[in-house]
Amino acid sequence: MAPTPPRDEHDEYDAYAGLVEAGEETRWAFGSGFDDPLAGVDVSVPPGADGPALAAYCLMLGDDALVLAQRLAQWCTRAPELEEEVALANIGLDLVGQTRLLYARAAAADPSVVPTLPPGSPAPPEDRLAFFRGPEEYRCVWLVEQPNGDFAATVVRLVVFAAWRLTLLGRLRTSRDPVLAAVSAKGVKEVRYHRDYAARWLLTLAGGTVESRRRTEAALESLWPCVEELGRTDDVSERLVADGVAADPAAAFEDTSAFLHRLLEEGGLRVPTGSPEPAPGTPGGRLGVHSPWLGSLLEEMQGIARAHPAGRW
Amino acid sequence: MSAEPTAPELEGFEQTLAHDQRIEPRDWMPDGYRRTLVRQIAQHAHSEIIGMQPEGTWLTTAPSLRRKAILMAKVQDEAGHGIYLYSAAETLGVDRSDLTEQLITLRQKYSSIFNYPTLSYADVGTIGWLVDGAAICNQVPLCRSSYGPYARAMIRICKEESFHQRQGFELLMTMMNGTDEQRAMVQESVDRWWWPSLMMFGPPDDASPNSARSMAWRIKRHTNDELRQRFVDMTVPQAEALGVTLPDPDLRWNAERGGYDFGEPDWDELDRVIRGEGPCNEERVTRRADAHREGGWVRAAAAAYAGKQATSA
Repeated sequence: MAPTPPRDEHDEYDAYAGLVEAGEETRWAFGSGFDDPLAGVDVSVPPGADGPALAAYCLMLGDDALVLAQRLAQWCTRAPELEEEVALANIGLDLVGQTRLLYARAAAADPSVVPTLPPGSPAPPEDRLAFFRGPEEYRCVWLVEQPNGDFAATVVRLVVFAAWRLTLLGRLRTSRDPVLAAVSAKGVKEVRYHRDYAARWLLTLAGGTVESRRRTEAALESLWPCVEELGRTDDVSERLVADGVAADPAAAFEDTSAFLHRLLEEGGLRVPTGSPEPAPGTPGGRLGVHSPWLGSLLEEMQGIARAHPAGRW
Repeated sequence: MSAEPTAPELEGFEQTLAHDQRIEPRDWMPDGYRRTLVRQIAQHAHSEIIGMQPEGTWLTTAPSLRRKAILMAKVQDEAGHGIYLYSAAETLGVDRSDLTEQLITLRQKYSSIFNYPTLSYADVGTIGWLVDGAAICNQVPLCRSSYGPYARAMIRICKEESFHQRQGFELLMTMMNGTDEQRAMVQESVDRWWWPSLMMFGPPDDASPNSARSMAWRIKRHTNDELRQRFVDMTVPQAEALGVTLPDPDLRWNAERGGYDFGEPDWDELDRVIRGEGPCNEERVTRRADAHREGGWVRAAAAAYAGKQATSA
């Protein structure tokens, strides 16, 4: 083996030269042993709370975040301006971070939700949940599944989603599950920025040109049917609301609607009407019934992981 | 455009360089110095933006949530680097939209390495290790470039690039500890990227017409061949640590000169790729042009909205 090449005096910027030196692990921001995002946290389920219901609830919130993050990632290199590249990627990154914590919480609250892989597979629970569940096992709402459309549609979807999630996470800061409470407290700060970013763009597009206004109105018309689902409740949420663990979907939706109505009014935009999707009486995303878009989104996202079930990444 | 320099102007400029101090935007500088810098900084900015494409395409398929997060963070860093570099170029009296126009009309170039395709997920790691590694070798000396705004931008960029490079190396190391299939993916990827990475330092010194002048102006600090040698010397031990073979039968330690001997890259291939005949030239520029064109209505809306706000304020 050859001697280490000499360094010049400006190598303080040059991590390249030190790549194979000893004592690596502590210097990585993402050390290779970083499998469990909740490492060191007490993950016991609080007395009286229902572990399986808590797990199912965390999957709902995690799936919403992951599927929207995936949609935002599809914008990469296609955004209208470099600042929007950065913003959309950062919002997606925050949502992936929320997903990891929520999946870890779900796996700890009820290990039986985690898909089983062949013995010896090193995939951590978060990746088993992300990459080895089919669409029918996902619990996200239809709003996040919809294709990106143009920038106006992305802005409309984002403002609706972030306003809704902010009201949910805001309430969950006082959840009786301390882990969910802590994850939500962190998420509130992120999602408030997401909402404000999208709201500023909504007003800009509504008040910009004839074309931007027309596109914004069209985006509202096309996405508004998915808004109604956000206010629905389900058995899991109902049980956990009674236990003081989950946020009341109806109350959160009321606050969300109030914010959105004020925002549309400020932009001089009409609140669309139109029949809700999924249609009333059909179960919807929280019960595993999805729009056709989710299947192809997951197929793309999961392909490599599924081709290498014993792989290490 | 500018009149003949007065003797004190020219002397001041020469003195600043001789004392290894920085030229700042308001200082007098020769037209050729300004033009060379605009060309180099713009090319560098374009490389950051085009460089988002080969990796960005793996954002939606990244096989673990941790890798998805790392890659999203990296790709948005590249957009950020593009923003700083365009800003540095703007201090020389050009603007970002003109430079973008020059890129998409093929009047300015970007690094040829991004005209190669990414064919497997291992390429994300190899780009981090070899391509970012070569970029760091090229760029660390630019932290001492004579033009102040460029040098300062490069300090921050090099720190982030070093981080990306570690993450790439760490991905490859993890995959090498995975399955046989994954080890084969890594080797195949290194086989494809090794020679193009060596070409990133540009043509050999005897065929690099602009080098001497850039070195005299202290825009550039080392010759292409010096940097290439430095890269090879640092990379060989890293390849050994990874357990991959570099695809060069002539690669061997030369104790006499204290460096590795290595084979000659295919300079005809480099010429072809620079001429626009690489595997992905058209795809890369078309994608950038499409994004810019499709985002036109959004930028127009933002400008119109800002105009209305200014008049009503």
